[in-house]
Amino acid sequence: MSLVQFLVLGAFMFSLGVYGLLIRRNAVMVLLAIELMLNAVNLNLIAFEAALRTAFAGGQIFAIFVITVAAAEVGIGLAIVLLIFRNRRSANVDELDVMRW
Amino acid sequence: MMGGWFAEASNWWFLLIAVFIAFSALRVVTATNVVHSALFLVGALAGTAGLFLLLGAQFVAWVLVLVYIGAVIVLFLFGIMITRAPTGPKVEVDHSRRGFAATAAVLVYSSVSAFGHTEVTKVGTGTATDLIGTQLMGRFVLPFEAVSFVLLAALVGGVTLARRDTPGEGEEQ
Repeated sequence: MSLVQFLVLGAFMFSLGVYGLLIRRNAVMVLLAIELMLNAVNLNLIAFEAALRTAFAGGQIFAIFVITVAAAEVGIGLAIVLLIFRNRRSANVDELDVMRW
Repeated sequence: MMGGWFAEASNWWFLLIAVFIAFSALRVVTATNVVHSALFLVGALAGTAGLFLLLGAQFVAWVLVLVYIGAVIVLFLFGIMITRAPTGPKVEVDHSRRGFAATAAVLVYSSVSAFGHTEVTKVGTGTATDLIGTQLMGRFVLPFEAVSFVLLAALVGGVTLARRDTPGEGEEQ
């Protein structure tokens, strides 16, 4: 297996995440697209780790850190979405214009 | 060149999983039902865990399965149910400006995938989990503690944000 095939797959997944991030109206679906992008980053980290074989397994440990931070991000993100839904009766990001004048 | 690529058995596994991941990821961003979108994300994550196994990262693969598929997706499904996200077939979940988003995605893809050299990765030789544990408690102990503090802060912050301060106000409609 070559390294490039993993990087191309990761780039493809990341681009789909960017597309979903830009096109979704629902805030929960925006968070799903962000998860897709983080997952693509994890794939790159693991692929580089397998290619380089560092003595301290840096790629895998960074991937674990990314997973941890992503879990924290989802928790906070969904709490914010919940709060917005409670206040505005809607979780659509294009209807959140209270900070705009 | 390509014949040599196809002769390797692990490349067939990669191709199978990659097609599965690509299809699932495509459906995550195109599905009109939020629950379907979340469940296709499970498919993409499971495929990624399979690739991690292929690359010899067993521990991270099972962490991905446990933390993402086991916890994060469940959290997403809770969020979908609580915010009464649109799950019907006729709800408009996308903006109308698809062209802009597609252009941005293609630009990202073309800028990220502009590389040409090839390196061969070792397959089948997994990283021992005790190496990861030793490194987490040795070389990476400060980032590890920082990340655990981030998790604690996120936990407390999530509870603080989501609880109702004054009962009666903002009750369900």
